[in-house]
Amino acid sequence: MAQALDEIKIGGLGSSRKRVEDDRFLRGKGNYTDDFKLPGMVHMEILRSPLAHARIKSIDTSKAWQIPGVHMVLTGEMAAQHNLAWMPTLSYDTQAVLATDKVRFQGQEIACVCADDPYIAKDGCEAIVVEYEPLPPIVNPFQSQAEGAPIIRDDKEGQTDNICYRWEVGDREGTERAFAQADLVSKLELHYPRSHPSPIECCGSIADYNSATAKLTVYMTTQAPHIIRAAVAIVAELPEHMIRIISPDIGGGFGNKVPVYPGYVCSILCSILLARPVKWIEDKTGNLISTHYARDIYYKGELALRKDGKILAVRFHCDSDNGAFFSDAQPTKFKIGLIHSAFAAYDIPYGYMTAQGAYTNKAPGGVAYRCSFRVTEAMFFQERAIQAAASDLGMDQAAFRRLNLVKDDQFPFRTPYGFLLDSGQYEKCLDVGLNAIGYDDFLREKEEARAQGRRLGIGISTMTEPLGAGNSREYDILGIKMFDAAELRVHPSGKAILKIGSQTQGQGHETTFAQIVTHELGIPAADILVQHGDTDNTPFGMGTYASRSTPVAGAATAMVARKVRAKARKLAAHLLEVSEEDVEWELGRFHVRGAPSNGVSIQECAMAAYGNMPDGMEPGLENNAYYDPPNMTWPFAAYIVTVEVDPETGVWDVLRMVAVDDCGVRINPMIVEGQIMGGMTEAYAMANMQFITYDAEGNCVGSNYMDYLLPTAWETPGFELHEVVTPSPHHPIGAKGVGECAAVGGPAAFVNAVMDAIDDTGVRNIDMPLLPDRVWEAMKYRRDISGMPPVKSDS
Amino acid sequence: MEERRINVVVNGEPKSADVEPRILLVHFLREVLGLTGTHIGCDTTNCGVCTVLVDGLPMKSCTMFAVMADGHEVTTVEGLGLPSELHPIQEGFREEHGLQCGYCTPGMMMASKALLDENPNPTEEDIRWGLSGNLCRCTGYQNIVKSVLWAAEKMRSEAGAISR
Repeated sequence: MAQALDEIKIGGLGSSRKRVEDDRFLRGKGNYTDDFKLPGMVHMEILRSPLAHARIKSIDTSKAWQIPGVHMVLTGEMAAQHNLAWMPTLSYDTQAVLATDKVRFQGQEIACVCADDPYIAKDGCEAIVVEYEPLPPIVNPFQSQAEGAPIIRDDKEGQTDNICYRWEVGDREGTERAFAQADLVSKLELHYPRSHPSPIECCGSIADYNSATAKLTVYMTTQAPHIIRAAVAIVAELPEHMIRIISPDIGGGFGNKVPVYPGYVCSILCSILLARPVKWIEDKTGNLISTHYARDIYYKGELALRKDGKILAVRFHCDSDNGAFFSDAQPTKFKIGLIHSAFAAYDIPYGYMTAQGAYTNKAPGGVAYRCSFRVTEAMFFQERAIQAAASDLGMDQAAFRRLNLVKDDQFPFRTPYGFLLDSGQYEKCLDVGLNAIGYDDFLREKEEARAQGRRLGIGISTMTEPLGAGNSREYDILGIKMFDAAELRVHPSGKAILKIGSQTQGQGHETTFAQIVTHELGIPAADILVQHGDTDNTPFGMGTYASRSTPVAGAATAMVARKVRAKARKLAAHLLEVSEEDVEWELGRFHVRGAPSNGVSIQECAMAAYGNMPDGMEPGLENNAYYDPPNMTWPFAAYIVTVEVDPETGVWDVLRMVAVDDCGVRINPMIVEGQIMGGMTEAYAMANMQFITYDAEGNCVGSNYMDYLLPTAWETPGFELHEVVTPSPHHPIGAKGVGECAAVGGPAAFVNAVMDAIDDTGVRNIDMPLLPDRVWEAMKYRRDISGMPPVKSDS
Repeated sequence: MEERRINVVVNGEPKSADVEPRILLVHFLREVLGLTGTHIGCDTTNCGVCTVLVDGLPMKSCTMFAVMADGHEVTTVEGLGLPSELHPIQEGFREEHGLQCGYCTPGMMMASKALLDENPNPTEEDIRWGLSGNLCRCTGYQNIVKSVLWAAEKMRSEAGAISR
């Protein structure tokens, strides 16, 4: 056959092939953790603290033990006997599994009960009597530094304050000199509020310790099964090869399902003690109040400006509210993640930043909530500061960005904080966006509307972000470098199985990773099965979060397919009876150079690998590849939002939302667009309604769906999506990450639009979420609105 | 706790069981009948992933006791379409990429079915309002709306043939 294969038709790169995962999800045949039933399984529920900060005087579990159907009541004291009352965190701190001396946040785990069914387990929790001695709660990082503030982590030897880390990066002296040269310094302070990834499916695990074989199998809602296996081996002091972590279908992750939670550890310990499978499925309150939060950073920053609009330097300080335990899930070297990627899209010669983390009486964390390690916070502050600076200069928002964005001929570009941007066409993306929204027309419309007392506003957010952690020189978690891996085996019939170390939670890896193999080998995507999530059956990978799957695991997939193709070439030469140099490749087949009709398909090569090998060749057609990414990938986005604000009520409605995304080569356009729309909805949520806060007593406000607001189909705006393609020069297929871009760059577009609509009031900042009462108060009293949790006036 | 005998027709099949009065309908469906397609997502009746049809009307099965379903008909996602032939709603969600992690999808589709049973020719606004009781964290809803519009058109063109 000499007819060339149509790559799109067979499901290669660029094909919007329908999803493999849909077959089971549409029929209600997904396998989420709560769907599994193991013989002899018992159910575990957790008792949580109602107080934010208190000493535990006594725990009486006697009545719980007496309830028929209760098999285990586990307290911190009992866990301590197995060295499991505390566990190490991914940030080299410790975190309580079950409270022993004190509770340190409302919702903290106190005890757990295992029973025949969850109803009885909850009865058991209710029957536990705990005596608390309340202590003064700390609800924001400034309160934690104030004189006389109680030491929250008095369990740590040598801890004399409430600071958990200090960090800095950049060129302090150079930045100071640049500021001294500035014609104008533009300052901004804001709080990115605490939030929570809140996938709809809560966390859970089924721990199954087989006392006969000493093997521990854990079904777990985890985005990173291999990291979890390593962590469980350390925490539970079990040998790594006797632990199997199975991550089945996951109902959304967004970073929530990366850390090791006390519930998992309790289910494992209870399973070991009972020698039975123990299932723990969290409820939504438990999920929101105790699993790792996101964001909660206070910014104080400034831009040094020349009067023609050129940015000379940037300088900022972050105070991070880390809750009761420093458990950030991020690479070791970076105490506040990649927050210093802020301003990367702009050509700014000097930068310096400092950060300090504080312990407070809140849930620990934080996680990269759809954000590549604090990059959402970085880009939000960046675009809010850019807006403020343009405004201070009296310059148009688009013109100010155009002047300062990195130009096409500057790549690869080194940022003042040391990152290396790979590629981009930033101005083109901005132009596509401005054109789509009708920028000049809108500005006219805004002016006309203002004359009639209506308030329209337009907000721009442009950013590039580092995705695909990360190179082994700089990135590790728990000392393990952040590579990823792929194993590919082609069967005798030419069908194939691909095993990867990443783990999908809705991104469609079973669909898209096959497409990469199709691109490299010409095997139709429908003939390739993708397997992931089971540490016994997949190669080691650091998991899926921070938009790293395509950049790292996707690259590993391309590389392993090329290794397989290299062997197939030898088989082709053998079948065609020519030397390897005379063999040429086109999608799906090899042919003799100069005689294209004389060829063999990849399927025929596969059959030969099992049944007709040349002398001396090892049979089989398979390989593996580990990929250590040379750099991050840097997608770019321009998001533009128009709004109308009601001056009577502070309610704002989105008129239009335009997104221009450049994520390099798109493997499956349909899926890429789905990711962008999902991320943009979370951006809208954070700008409009979604946040967790605390009252002065440390009560968590936002620990259930009545208070923690997710937008529904009714509020969520429609999206107009546009595409620019600038391939990554270092990624094997030119792709960049994209899953989180809209969540990262989106919020500032909405907030900038609302601020633009009230730009005549002199209000400089309204902290997210821009609730109607906050916007109304800002307009009415012409003052900034802070969202920081209040402290008691007498403390 | 004393148990009560209930009789419920689930996806067209009569089912009988002894249950505690306090057991929720969603737990009865998932744990007693093994129909795990209906999911649990919150504890305040906000998210809607547990949506099933009770006598054709959409109900949040986490906010109903199993004993309240005694003598009634319940339809879950397992009863939507046939194993070999997807319902147009299921087809629409696949064609228009109306799902990602799949967790909200069964409830979303059952709510869509109730919506289309009442209004076979909905506008985008009708759909957004009609599905405002079902949260989705992944898709941003735009493709869900397109999925339901796709299904509505297919169902209208098939109307009069086989009743679904």
